[in-house]
Amino acid sequence: MDQKLWNGFREPKLVQAKIRQIQKIVTRPWTIMEICGGQTHAIKKYGLDQLLPPEIEFIHGPGCPVCVTSLELVDKALQIASLPNVIFTSYGDMLRVPGSTGDLFSVKANGGDVRVVYSPLDSLKIARENPEKEVVFFAIGFETTAPANAMCVLQAQSLKINNFSMLVSHVCVPPAMRAILSSPTNRVQGFLAAGHVCTVMGYWEYPPIAQEFRIPIVVTGFEPLDILEGVYRVVRQLEKGTYEVENAYSRLVTYEGNVSAQKVIQQVFEVCDRKWRGIGVIPQSGWKLRKEYAQFDAETRFDIQSIVTQESPLCIAGFVLQGIKKPYECSAFGTLCTPENPLGATMVSSEGACAAYYQYSRNLPVPKMNHV
Amino acid sequence: MSDQNQQAFDFLGAYCPLPLTHSDQIVLGHGSGGRLTHDLIERVFAAHFSNPFLNRGDDGVGLTIADPEVEIVVSTDSHVISPIFFPGGDIGRLAVCGTVNDLSVMGAKPLYLTAGFILEEGLQIEVLEYIVQSMASAAAEAGVVIVAGDTKVVERGKGDGIFINTSGIGVRPKSWQLSGRNVKVGDQILLSGPIGEHGIAVLQARGELGFTSEIRSDVAPLNAMIAKALKAAEHPGGNAIHAMRDPTRGGLATTLNEIARQSNLGMVIHEATIPIHETVSAVCEMLGFDPLYVANEGKCVFFVDEQYASVVLEAIRSTDNGSQAVVIGELVAEHPQKVLLRTSMGSTRLLDMLSGEMLPRIC
Repeated sequence: MDQKLWNGFREPKLVQAKIRQIQKIVTRPWTIMEICGGQTHAIKKYGLDQLLPPEIEFIHGPGCPVCVTSLELVDKALQIASLPNVIFTSYGDMLRVPGSTGDLFSVKANGGDVRVVYSPLDSLKIARENPEKEVVFFAIGFETTAPANAMCVLQAQSLKINNFSMLVSHVCVPPAMRAILSSPTNRVQGFLAAGHVCTVMGYWEYPPIAQEFRIPIVVTGFEPLDILEGVYRVVRQLEKGTYEVENAYSRLVTYEGNVSAQKVIQQVFEVCDRKWRGIGVIPQSGWKLRKEYAQFDAETRFDIQSIVTQESPLCIAGFVLQGIKKPYECSAFGTLCTPENPLGATMVSSEGACAAYYQYSRNLPVPKMNHV
Repeated sequence: MSDQNQQAFDFLGAYCPLPLTHSDQIVLGHGSGGRLTHDLIERVFAAHFSNPFLNRGDDGVGLTIADPEVEIVVSTDSHVISPIFFPGGDIGRLAVCGTVNDLSVMGAKPLYLTAGFILEEGLQIEVLEYIVQSMASAAAEAGVVIVAGDTKVVERGKGDGIFINTSGIGVRPKSWQLSGRNVKVGDQILLSGPIGEHGIAVLQARGELGFTSEIRSDVAPLNAMIAKALKAAEHPGGNAIHAMRDPTRGGLATTLNEIARQSNLGMVIHEATIPIHETVSAVCEMLGFDPLYVANEGKCVFFVDEQYASVVLEAIRSTDNGSQAVVIGELVAEHPQKVLLRTSMGSTRLLDMLSGEMLPRIC
């Protein structure tokens, strides 16, 4: 893999030139939400918020799959993973997410067979190699991870792998954008849409949102220059008073998206109401397995007791995910709540807003340089 | 009993069933202290580690440190790496280099090592011998002698093939007080070469990446490089190298944070100066890792009085292991206990310690 693939998008001179371009056109304060946690992470990691003119404020969107997976579902995962005949497989990030009574790491320490996989197909392989065990995959994520999960179900079906199932918690971006914009406390004036989600889904879902809420939406990538280009285009529209959908990530995203991936998603999943951690139920905002694939649904396959969940009363993750509050406005931030001992999911995932603030700018003093 | 039914025994052909020698793999008896243990010591350990101290065969060893101007430095390190072989090294080389480097970064000249082995029943003796051979050659490379050892065997399933502990003894002049507490404002931070290669090589050897690359572990004894640096930094009152660390688990970022906390000073690091192999950064990009947190086994960070920084840098660069050494930052009085990273784009951010395990991202 060639470093030129990304180094060009981090070139300091080009970054500074783009910043100057933004400085030239901005005349008053604007509040922009980056949807995806990957973008939040990049903004903090590269310190883009420091470089941009003070008029521009980022508020960090709910686009972190780990953060928004509901507590009920995490608790279900803990229950299933504790069962004696189960191999529970998950992306690594989910292992540290606190449920009501612990996390998957503690289930593992207590003897549960919990394994980190890099793809649902790895999980399917484990199922083939362990026919006497029940193998469960924790299928979380946005539109980005859905095609691979759907393919995996189809493959399990065609290979007749009967000891494999998924605990599904898929969420979709556009309904969340609508929910945020409809909130009486909404402050978002422009969106950087999540580039990875759009590689799969395209951006045909966005023009109605832009028109209805009169808000500019720019499909944006993840490298510093990508993000700054997205900001530039949003600000340009805000200053002009337009509300179009633009694509600033055209090297990967088309209007239609990946049509065959969308077909596979449609075939395996259907739209459902979904509870988002810290936000609540957003109607028609998730995907669940269609009835035809019920045998692969871990929720029907395992007899899970009714679950009473308990969130930390201190955690303000819900406000953070909706962009109403900043992580450092939480009384527990960096003291009672740290990545080692998270009270809420936004402190767990590397893409969570609280974790990004904690890691890159906690108590950050004004730097004084005597060496260049 | 009639005579004609009696069979003639051929006593000349009879033999006692001798116990099996188990020359192929480790069995519990190899840890019993009896004959099997002795056979193993002779066949495998003595064959490769042979030296006058070990050959005495006693329970311990007396060592003479004659010079009254030096003090003894002791360090110990246990190695449990999985897999035991990886591109660029193996657990044996790692076990020797780990302790040699720990002594070296204390400013000591490493002299003697001890080696304790915990072997799992079923380990192939061929594998053990390869590892022992690798330890012997790493020890020769570093110029240290393995003077005492021990072997225990645990039941199958209760170990991971082989664990090795090494302890080491070295000496350093009493006037050199190298410690993270002794670094000062203005000290320059020198890094001996590109970071992250060991961690990526091991991940690759675990087969979890689904691809391979040319990356090899940097595991190496650093005492020769460090000795040159120390010599260049020597002055009548002591040494201008105030502290050294080898950034192993937790990577460079964690090491820098340790020193910032120990010294109660701040640090400023310049991102663009940190050397990283192209493939290491490519693998990290794909998996969502930050190379600043990936383990090294052949790198050293030096904290050097600013007046001596350039001569020390030259001395490090003149060695094989330090040819790509660079200055990456400096100690400051501001923001005590915090490491700030000046990014290539001109912004500044906190460079924190690694919290928990590094986990691959989801999307």
